[in-house]
Amino acid sequence: MDHTDLTQYLDYVLIAMLLAVGFAIVRLRNLFAVVMLTGVYSLLSAAWFVSLDAVDVAFTEAAVGAGISTVLMLGAMLLTARESEPAGAKRHWAALAVVVAAGAALFFAIPDMPVYGDPNSPANSYVGMDYMSSTPNEIAVPNVVTAVLASYRGYDTFGETVVIFTAALGVMLLLGFGTGRREDDDDAAAGKAAKAAKTEDKA
Amino acid sequence: MSPHLILRVVSKLLIPMIVVFGFYVQFHGDFGPGGGFQAGVIIAVAVILYALIFGMEEARRAVPPAVVRYGAALGVLIYASVGVATLFMNGAGEPLNFLDYDALHPDQGQHTGQHYGILLVELGVLTTVASVMLAIFYAFAGRVPDIPDEEW
Repeated sequence: MDHTDLTQYLDYVLIAMLLAVGFAIVRLRNLFAVVMLTGVYSLLSAAWFVSLDAVDVAFTEAAVGAGISTVLMLGAMLLTARESEPAGAKRHWAALAVVVAAGAALFFAIPDMPVYGDPNSPANSYVGMDYMSSTPNEIAVPNVVTAVLASYRGYDTFGETVVIFTAALGVMLLLGFGTGRREDDDDAAAGKAAKAAKTEDKA
Repeated sequence: MSPHLILRVVSKLLIPMIVVFGFYVQFHGDFGPGGGFQAGVIIAVAVILYALIFGMEEARRAVPPAVVRYGAALGVLIYASVGVATLFMNGAGEPLNFLDYDALHPDQGQHTGQHYGILLVELGVLTTVASVMLAIFYAFAGRVPDIPDEEW
C-alpha cells in the first residue's frame, strides 16, 4: 500500500511540473525558450508514462516529442523570428468561457473513469485481455505491445508507415528535396548555360 | 580552429553509441520496449546531431538526400512485400492472408515465422521512419545557410 502511495505522489509532482511548464510556454515570448520548454514538456510526459508502466509510449514520446520534434521546431525557428508578437492586452472573455466550460465538463467526467489498473475497465476487459492471453501461444513474443503492433495490427502499422511516407512526400514536394540551396542550383544552371554558350561559340 | 571543439569531440564519441543504441532498440523490440519507429527516430537523430555540429554539407556527404529519398519508399516497399510474400508462401494449404507471418516459416509450433515477419516489418518501419525524419530535417534545415555562431 505504501508503494502505491509513493508512486501516486510522483504522479502528482510530474503533473504539477507539466502544468508549470505549460503556463511558462503560454507566457514566454522568446521562441527558443518556448521550443526548449515543449521538449521539456514531452520529456516530463515521458517520465509520467514510465510511472504509469506504459514504457513503449514513454519511449516514443521521449524520442519523437523531446527529440526530433524539438529539432524540427528549431529548424523551423531558424527560418522565422526569434520573438513572438506581443499578444494584445484585451481579455477574450468568450474564449475564457469556452475553456472553463470544457474544463468543467472534463472534471465532471472524472468519476466515470475506471480506476487506474482496474482489470474490469473497458480497455482491459475485451480485446486487450484476449491479446494478453493469446500472445504467448500465437505469436510467442515476450513484448505484447510489439505483438499487437506488428502482428495482430499489422495492417494498421502498415497504414501508419504509409502515412509517415506521405508526410515526407508532402514536405519534399512543398519545400524541395533538400539537395542544396537554391543559389547553388542557380549557380549550377548559370554554369551550364555558360558552358553551352562556349560550345556554341566553338561550333 | 573550430569554436565548438568540445561539442565536436563529445558528439564524435556519442554518435556511434546513439546509432548502436538505435539498432539495439530495433532488434530488441520483441523482448523489451521499442521497435522500428523508435529506432528509426534514434538513428535519424544521430545524423541530425552530426549535421548540427559539423554542418549540413558534411551531413549531406555522409547521408545523401538521394539515399533518404529512396529509403523512405524502400521501407514501405519492404513492409508491403512481406505482406505479399505471405500470400505466396503458404505451404499448409490454409487460406492466404496478407501479413500472415506464420506462412513465412514451416515451423508452426515455435512461431518462427512470426519472429521473421515482425523483424522484417520492423526493418521496413525503421527504414521509412529514419529516412522520413531526415528528409523533413533536410527540407527545413537545407533552406538556411549554416547556423551562424551567434545563434549558439
